[in-house]
Amino acid sequence: MTDAVSPDDLQKTPLHAAHVALGARMVPFAGYAMPVQYEGILAEHLWTRASAGLFDVSHMGQAFLVGPDHATTARFLESLVPADILDLAPGAQRYSQLLNADGGVVDDLMIHRPAAPEDAGTLMLVVNAGRKATDFALLEHHLPPDIRLDVASDRALLALQGPKAVEVLARCGADLSDWPFMTAGAATIAGIACHVSRSGYTGEDGFEISVLEGRANDLWSALLADAAVKPIGLGARDSLRLEAGLCLYGHELDETTSPVEAGLAWSIQKRRRAEGGFPGAERILFEIANGPERVRVGLTPEGRAPARDGTAIEDEGGRRIGVITSGGFGASIGGPIAIGYVEPASAAPGTAVSLLVRGKALPAAVTALPFVPARFARKPKS
Amino acid sequence: MTLHFTADHEWISVNGATATVGITAYAQGQLGDVVYVELPAAGRALKKGDEAAVVESVKAASEVFAPVSGTVVAANDALADAPETINAAPEGEGWFFRLDLADPAELDGLMDRAAYDAYVAGL
Repeated sequence: MTDAVSPDDLQKTPLHAAHVALGARMVPFAGYAMPVQYEGILAEHLWTRASAGLFDVSHMGQAFLVGPDHATTARFLESLVPADILDLAPGAQRYSQLLNADGGVVDDLMIHRPAAPEDAGTLMLVVNAGRKATDFALLEHHLPPDIRLDVASDRALLALQGPKAVEVLARCGADLSDWPFMTAGAATIAGIACHVSRSGYTGEDGFEISVLEGRANDLWSALLADAAVKPIGLGARDSLRLEAGLCLYGHELDETTSPVEAGLAWSIQKRRRAEGGFPGAERILFEIANGPERVRVGLTPEGRAPARDGTAIEDEGGRRIGVITSGGFGASIGGPIAIGYVEPASAAPGTAVSLLVRGKALPAAVTALPFVPARFARKPKS
Repeated sequence: MTLHFTADHEWISVNGATATVGITAYAQGQLGDVVYVELPAAGRALKKGDEAAVVESVKAASEVFAPVSGTVVAANDALADAPETINAAPEGEGWFFRLDLADPAELDGLMDRAAYDAYVAGL
């Protein structure tokens, strides 16, 4: 999403001057001036997959839902999202979606239950930059009197992603190697108090690090001082998530799209499927039982020409069966890749389709997502 | 041989009645990593301003317009397998196509190197 606003109207993250000093190309994104690239998208993408990339994602929305006890806060949030929040363990994080009454996605978000006893009743939320005003208004609108929403506009958010992220944090004094994927909690990095989750948006092992804005530059500099770390812009963030098969709000997700269509039914746990009680439950539970009318798939064009967002997808007979929602170049794949929605009958990996690029039908194949295997630090199965 | 530039960041190197066309170093810098290029076929007649080629970076597709009218006599087919040449040598090995000029007078409206450099400096 690129906003048509003058540079003067853009908000700046606390790291703005650091990006400019590093020679970043700054672009408007969701109302913020953000670094799209430093040395180049391909190099930054490959560096993140091989070592560790540092991203400024301070434009994202961070907030705390504060209630009297976990059950009260969790039950409130469960009235707006389809994930099981009641069952969320202290110190754990879950991915979910804020839903509208039709089961469409208002936003996707991360929900963390802090482990510290003094935080009982608090949930930490991280939402998309372009949707945070909508999300926070929605939450405020539904808040019961005993729960409040504290928007953490005084916090910056950094992401350290890649196979060397865990060793970089250890060298900075935070050994989080025994935290499984989707664990979150307090950690001290380079002497700076942070709130860290082992998660990310690249398909790699990595961490998202929330820090008070006054310490953001110290943290940024301390992490960049490690030879394994380079700064990575939003351009590579997008190409990394595309290869990882992850949804981007405004592309794969919008208010007409259900989590089931988007292939996110895994994020709706058993108890919620049995009980319902979230917005659009009727549609969503019907789609889980009977299948949705369209499904999200990966697409690999033959040849080298990328197919972009909005490109029509046709079957071999020339009938329109869907549309691309994100398309570009997979640097690790070494060729064009895309994500789109197609009719279920054409969703099996290997299905031959055509993509209408500049009036020509380019052959492509439906491909299982992710394009590159995820390398999360999963808990060993015992 | 004379060199001309357009406000759309193309260069045109003219040798007699033949012109070689590419994009400038500034243009490749703005595009970022080029991953694909679509070039006009030999024999195609282009009018000034026609969409002549497409260059795609990781992020987006951009059109390249014919800076002058003419008939395509050659395209740089080496770019198909090595589009990154456009980043590495935009004003050399990364040329796009060659034209037989239809109307050399069209060159008069284009910028020379000094004028183009001043134009880019003002962007």
